[in-house]
Amino acid sequence: MNFSFLPKYYPFFIIGAKNTVLLALFAVALGVVLGVVLALMRISKNKIFNFISTAYVEIIRGTPVMVQIFIIYYGLPFDFPSIGFLGSNSEEFIAGVVALSINSGAYVAEIIRSGIQSVDKGQMEAARSLGMPYSTAMRYIIVPQAFKNILPALGNEFIVVIKESAIVSVIGINELMYNANTVRGNTFIPLEPLIVAAAIYFILTFTLSKLLGLVERRLKVSD
Amino acid sequence: MIKVADLVKNFGDLKVLKNINTHIEKGEVVVIVGPSGSGKSTFLRCLNLLEEPTGGQIVFEGKNITDKNANINLLRQNIGMVFQQFNLFPHMTVLENITLSPIKIKNMSKAESEKIAMDLLKQVGLEDKAKTYPNQLSGGQKQRIAIVRALAMSPDVMLFDEPTSALDPEMVGEVLEVMKNLAKQGMTMIVVTHEMGFAKEVGTRLMFMDDGKIVEEGKPKEIFNNPEHHRTKEFLRKVL
Repeated sequence: MNFSFLPKYYPFFIIGAKNTVLLALFAVALGVVLGVVLALMRISKNKIFNFISTAYVEIIRGTPVMVQIFIIYYGLPFDFPSIGFLGSNSEEFIAGVVALSINSGAYVAEIIRSGIQSVDKGQMEAARSLGMPYSTAMRYIIVPQAFKNILPALGNEFIVVIKESAIVSVIGINELMYNANTVRGNTFIPLEPLIVAAAIYFILTFTLSKLLGLVERRLKVSD
Repeated sequence: MIKVADLVKNFGDLKVLKNINTHIEKGEVVVIVGPSGSGKSTFLRCLNLLEEPTGGQIVFEGKNITDKNANINLLRQNIGMVFQQFNLFPHMTVLENITLSPIKIKNMSKAESEKIAMDLLKQVGLEDKAKTYPNQLSGGQKQRIAIVRALAMSPDVMLFDEPTSALDPEMVGEVLEVMKNLAKQGMTMIVVTHEMGFAKEVGTRLMFMDDGKIVEEGKPKEIFNNPEHHRTKEFLRKVL
């Protein structure tokens, strides 16, 4: 094993890891917002909302994420704005975040919908029979219980996004995978930079899953 | 207090309630019995609009609650309900279960609602359970808490949907005892149950339902001793 490139090239991995985390953070945050909206549309009684949400989820889940990224980056007839603090390729970065969150939103929507529907329907009935309006019952009774059911799956989705964000390297975002490839090209060392990247991905996801386990145990008090 | 006129409820093609007409006065304890699938629970659930009636009219305290413009949330505050499966909120302590609605809906202060809750808990002998979560309670305790939770909104009428059907036999008594006391205090109650002993002892009126209709109603003792309709006779022969 030849890790002699590290002293010279380690900043590539640090910048890459930083960008991967940023990418995943933005994508999950937007994905959750999108997912909540889609899930509420899905469980609403409005047929049009239902249809839009169902179609969205089916289409996104039924097409490869790489195709979605290319469509968003090359296919849309306008340029994404460049934003200073995101670095020189902020246009690509924004396209990547948009593509990943559009993709993640579909999965999050399904997670949230099943979480809400997994709450016993007697809970809503009991809340309504006490005079609570639908929104109050949702807020104090249904959502807190759904959240507990949702959290493991949502955390899993976050981990999936961190790993899948590697694919946005295809549009030239200098995240971890892209930078590992750059190091491989510059040093003519084919394997070891990938091992370093893999190790960093693993540290990120493993830390996250441990943190989530901690939160889950906290929420288990009433079970 | 509650007037029901030509109440009809269909689930798709299935006609569950076929023209129910009745009138329930303040202070009555109406016990609804009948074979399963006769529409008892659906009828009860129509009274607080957990099921939306297909047709007919329900007038509660002078207000037509089947009217589209009726403020159903306000009306439900005056109609307490107890479910077969208790439906306590598992993520809240007993005290939070009881005080949530008074605080959020009636804008009661926390201290005041907790005082009411503790008084009610004392009446059902569970004041020491205020800080526990529902999953640490027995079925009978859960159901007594569920009754307290409904009572904390100080309703004018209480609906009971088979309150003892999900309980182990040795816990039925403690729940019926609470209901008996409630009846003694003059609460208007409508109870769907299979507890014929309770019907006989506490009920002021027995309503026998079959096939979506009220087949027979009257004083419990009279119906038990001398049922008129052949469906009533048949049913009572099986359960007594």
